[in-house]
Amino acid sequence: MRVLIKALASIALLSAFLVSPAALAEWGYNLPRGVTDISHKVFEMHMLAFWIMCVVALAVFGAMTYSIIKHRKSKGVTPATFHESTAVEIVWTVIPFIILIVLAIPAAYTLIEQEDDSNSELTIKITGYQWKWEYEYPDSGVSFFSTLAEESRQARVIGSDIDVNTVENYLLDVDKPLVIPVDTKVRFLLTANDVIHSWWIPDFAIKKDAIPGFINTMWTKVNETGTYRGQCTELCGRDHGFMPVVVEVVEKSEFNQWLASQIESKESGQQLATTN
Amino acid sequence: MNAALTDTDHHDDHHHGPAPGLLRWVTTTNHKDIGTLYLWFSLIMFFIGGFMALIIRAELFQPGLQVVDPHFFNQMTTMHALIMIFGVVMPAFVGLANWMVPIMIGAPDMALPRMNNWSFWILPFGFSMMLSTLFMDGGGPAGGWTLYPPLSLQGGNGFPFLIFSIHILGISSIMGAINIVATIMNLRAPGMTFMKMPLFVWTWFITAYLLIAVMPVLAGAVTMLLTDKFFGTAFFSAAGGGDPVMFQHIFWFFGHPEVYILILPSFGIVSEIIPTFSRKKLFGYASMVYATSSIALLSFIVWAHHMFTVGMPLSGELFFMFATMLIAVPTGVKVFNWVATMWGGAMTFETPMLFALGFVIMFTIGGFSGVMLALAPVDFQYHDTYFVVAHFHYVLVPGAIFGIVAAVYYWIPKWTGNMYDEKLGKAHFWISTIFVNLLFFPMHFVGLAGMPRRIPDYAVQFADFNAISTIGAFGFGFSQLIFVVVLVKCVKGGKKATDQVWEGAEGLEWTLSSPPPYHSFSDQPVVK
Repeated sequence: MRVLIKALASIALLSAFLVSPAALAEWGYNLPRGVTDISHKVFEMHMLAFWIMCVVALAVFGAMTYSIIKHRKSKGVTPATFHESTAVEIVWTVIPFIILIVLAIPAAYTLIEQEDDSNSELTIKITGYQWKWEYEYPDSGVSFFSTLAEESRQARVIGSDIDVNTVENYLLDVDKPLVIPVDTKVRFLLTANDVIHSWWIPDFAIKKDAIPGFINTMWTKVNETGTYRGQCTELCGRDHGFMPVVVEVVEKSEFNQWLASQIESKESGQQLATTN
Repeated sequence: MNAALTDTDHHDDHHHGPAPGLLRWVTTTNHKDIGTLYLWFSLIMFFIGGFMALIIRAELFQPGLQVVDPHFFNQMTTMHALIMIFGVVMPAFVGLANWMVPIMIGAPDMALPRMNNWSFWILPFGFSMMLSTLFMDGGGPAGGWTLYPPLSLQGGNGFPFLIFSIHILGISSIMGAINIVATIMNLRAPGMTFMKMPLFVWTWFITAYLLIAVMPVLAGAVTMLLTDKFFGTAFFSAAGGGDPVMFQHIFWFFGHPEVYILILPSFGIVSEIIPTFSRKKLFGYASMVYATSSIALLSFIVWAHHMFTVGMPLSGELFFMFATMLIAVPTGVKVFNWVATMWGGAMTFETPMLFALGFVIMFTIGGFSGVMLALAPVDFQYHDTYFVVAHFHYVLVPGAIFGIVAAVYYWIPKWTGNMYDEKLGKAHFWISTIFVNLLFFPMHFVGLAGMPRRIPDYAVQFADFNAISTIGAFGFGFSQLIFVVVLVKCVKGGKKATDQVWEGAEGLEWTLSSPPPYHSFSDQPVVK
């Protein structure tokens, strides 16, 4: 019954979604605006494209609806006989072309910015495994694995009898997150050990494939501290759905402390110690 | 099915009827019989592939794993795609082409009837082999229908059988395509010039060239997978100097034209149906032909938009973004032409028209998300999420499949000589349309909210939309049983159809009796 109500609610939702987005915030129905300059640009690009598509939809479906209502045989109309018009056809070839140029120019600029990983202040190597991530700070020699948190791991089994709604951040939590400093241009080097994986944090608007035998690069510069979550997005086998990406963004001083403690614990042979 | 039993016009020939009994269907070289075989085959596969989709949706009804093991889930997503693409949409189109192309161009049969028989009859074997992999050690293919290595190479004993079955399907498609090209090139009635051909014939003509161009590419790609796995080559392994991304380039060089193979014939169908029920000629016939050709040509230079995240050079990303966006122009032209065809017409809304209108609206929604996906910087967010799943299902289900269903309703009175049940047909349309939107529209939202595709379990914030999608899936799936009832009723009997069938229909197919004689035109028609 509850589900039926939800189904009905969703029908209302589909129509109401443009009107009152605030009421739906908890449903999560749109891209996040994110916490980087790039993610803001990407979000605005997305919304621009969305609204342009809405306007085009209004025009096309509006004309269609009008025609369906007015030009029907039951109204006793005689069909018109026109079947071509070079002028009209040129117009509706040129207008979409112009709309596309309006979209393509900002898209190209954003893309160029996204691909410019020069002048980074910190490099982190990410390696995908079936089914976990390894994070490595090459400059300080720190490295560790990041796997699905124990609570989710237990709850996800068929017949576990654990209500997944009671698990905090179900499937989006790891035992040891990646830690990066805020306001710092961080460059990621991505590769994989077995099959292709893909590393994604929606709030940073970055996603790139980790490919065995090759190294891909991408970068981010996060403006706000916090914990950000994502998932592997390239099908990588049985547990593809169970290798989340979690990044903690901390103040620079805190990051330096954390890194120092990692180096220390590595030297004292306690690689698994978590001190932050 | 009983289409050809009323052969009346042939006094001078003894063996112009079908052979009696079941053997008729095995040995037939008649284009109508083979078309019928293709269509029934496609319908059966539709329910098999649909059943797999329901397993997927059942698992995704709620967060947590309840129904299947993740490995089996992956087999289902992979097989669902392979079956729907190669077993449903493509055979259905070939079936429609078999039935209609010779009739529409005034030919007695397909140009290569024996090859026609063969190209159908290897299909059931190919698919039996593909389905049998589910019962082999290691299960069926579970690396996605795109078969990306190295993951696909981790497959079990079924892997070589999968590759072989894909070869068989490819051979079948190529033979079907060659046959259609040969028929259209050689068997047009006098006066049936290229620019007088019905749009359905045109779109299939172009589709056939796409098939001939890209199916061998797929065959090459999967053969390289086979040799990588069993014969020590390293095409796609960095350890041996290869590159896994090269597979993706080769695959999508096949895969993107394939996307248009799955939609162009539906464009043709809709371009036949809308003028008929608007009682007005198709607007911009010539521009429709040019637009279809441009879409086909562009489809060869946009493949890498499926792989913006693999780490291409910036120049490559820019090129594929711009080229992809260009496709919106000819596609837009087609949609505008359909609307302009309706404009000022005298429309009625029989079932084929309803499905065609549904096609135009919902295919266009898929087109809108397509333009958004083309924008590379934003595609990094959309890529491999449910937003993409929503996009291509809008294009393929209320797009390609609605086109096929519309075609069946449109031509079945001609095929059987009986009218279908209009009430049931309309119910089929409305119920399907409501549920298909309930099924696929929420996928846009979960995708944007961050749900990756091809996962058997998900974070709880995606739960509500997924529950709705699953309800939509079961509703849509079961409402297709109405279609089966309509088909069976219509084949068995019903109100007799006139030769004209539809008031506004134009074209050679409506000059024949309903059902048409076994060998359509005993005297070659002349087109003025």
